[in-house]
Amino acid sequence: MDYATSFGLIIPELVLTGSGLVLLMIAAFGGEKASRLVSILAAVALGAAGSLTIPALANGAGGDASMAFYGQISADAFSAFAKLLVYAAAIGCLMIAPGFFGQRRAMKPEYPVLVLFATLGMSIMVSATDLMTLYIGLELNSLAAYVLASFLRNDSRSAEAGLKYFVLGALASGILLYGMSLTYGFTGTTSFAGIRAAQEAGLSTGALFGLIFVLAGLAFKISAVPFHMWTPDVYQGAPTPVTTFFATAPKVAAVALTARVALDAFGSQADAWRQIVIFAALASIIVGALGAIGQNNLKRLLAYSSINNVGFILIGLAAATVEGASAMLFYLTTYVVMSLGSFVAVLMLRNGEGENLETFEDIAGLSSTRPGVALCLLALMFSLAGIPPLLGFWAKVEVFNAAIQAGLVPLAVIGIAASVIGAFYYIKFVKVMYFEEPVGRATKGGSAAHWAILIICTLLISPLGFLLTRGLQAMTDTAAAGLFPGV
Amino acid sequence: MIGIQHYIIVSAILFVLGVLGIFLNRKNVIVILMAIELILLAVNINLVAFSAFLGDLTGQIFAMFVLTVAAGEAAIGLAILVIFFRDRGTIAVDDVNRMKG
Repeated sequence: MDYATSFGLIIPELVLTGSGLVLLMIAAFGGEKASRLVSILAAVALGAAGSLTIPALANGAGGDASMAFYGQISADAFSAFAKLLVYAAAIGCLMIAPGFFGQRRAMKPEYPVLVLFATLGMSIMVSATDLMTLYIGLELNSLAAYVLASFLRNDSRSAEAGLKYFVLGALASGILLYGMSLTYGFTGTTSFAGIRAAQEAGLSTGALFGLIFVLAGLAFKISAVPFHMWTPDVYQGAPTPVTTFFATAPKVAAVALTARVALDAFGSQADAWRQIVIFAALASIIVGALGAIGQNNLKRLLAYSSINNVGFILIGLAAATVEGASAMLFYLTTYVVMSLGSFVAVLMLRNGEGENLETFEDIAGLSSTRPGVALCLLALMFSLAGIPPLLGFWAKVEVFNAAIQAGLVPLAVIGIAASVIGAFYYIKFVKVMYFEEPVGRATKGGSAAHWAILIICTLLISPLGFLLTRGLQAMTDTAAAGLFPGV
Repeated sequence: MIGIQHYIIVSAILFVLGVLGIFLNRKNVIVILMAIELILLAVNINLVAFSAFLGDLTGQIFAMFVLTVAAGEAAIGLAILVIFFRDRGTIAVDDVNRMKG
């Protein structure tokens, strides 16, 4: 293992680092006039990094050959899949930003730069195979995200969201780090393979504490119950393009990271963490569904919806099998498409003065004023509720199937029952848009980029998207297999 | 003789103090920033103690990374606090309440 090979394996990250630094300079010297150029270049850099990631997924890379820097980081098929998803979501969030910030004259070239650095952090997170790399990636992502949350400096809610996100995110990092220090102390190593080997024989009490703290810290990052309280506030307060970003890319990275920690580092002790994951999954589904019912703010509602969806994703993880991991990635992909679409649709609702609308009263009778947006939202909401023939239904089937195959029948039964509660508020969304007296507030809004993303997302989750499911399934299978090198 | 368990106990106490400092503190946000630093210091004590105990350098390198990131984190935390203060004119924890539900 020489350094040239190692650098060759982390080329996507190197591209992001280099372009991030160059763009930072352009942003610093070009000022606000450069924001358009920086946005475009950042999207190009993400696209380039993505295309450099494709070979690893296509070859189904895994095992020692994909390890770089003496086992610090792994460019396997699993990380490649997660990276592609993260890059795609990040490009989407770059495209929707100018329309939103331009309206408030707040578009700054720092936005794409911060998104780029956050994405670099996520890229490192999903490929980390050592606690140290994991921590660096996670913090690179979080530090950029704290700044993004408070990006609208003159908006009091944005500043408050940034502060809340910072305090709770730093606490989560602290808890995670404390768990990692215990894990290191009781296993004598920080590499995932070493931790796994040290725990073949059994889990000592100290290492069990380490495992619990690590999972608690990660649950914060994926906003799983009982560590979800920051999500609604941060999602509501942050500027909508940033919320879209938080709900998609970092969620993918954190879920992929959790999966790797659970299945690789603690893979030999699946029984120890399975109960925790099952509890978090069911609690997230139920709290996400019940919490959303009383909400009036659409962004808050979508925040609860994302908590709810994390629960379904964790069901796939709880199975602790290749099929489970594959179903988890499948669900994650559909979730990203659905939440990207719904947040963009909310972003497109503006009144005559150009202010963004985000409550239920504002969208009453939306079908008569904005039929296109209402139709897309209808499809997205039905898909989130898991109503066939939309893609969201298929993703839920996959996850429950994996759980049943792993013998977790009660988990699947409770999950299905609880998903019915969730259907209530998704359908309420549709009812308000289609069957209530039109208020005609949402009259304007939506640039070409917004329409493009909304239409692509809607087409992907529509029955037409089924044509893609077979290809997606093959990809998630390859990716999941990369996580289980022994099988 | 001071053994590894003493270090673990000290770091556990510091960690708990840090977490309580975040949740029980009703006064101001600066105290929260201090509590976060306390948590990271607890982790560092753990890492260095384990590193010495195991005769393995990894823990000390990890502690260096944690120190570096903690510095960046504090800088960003203070910057966010400054824009919050400019907007509200207060940094009392009870005033961070524009969003509820």
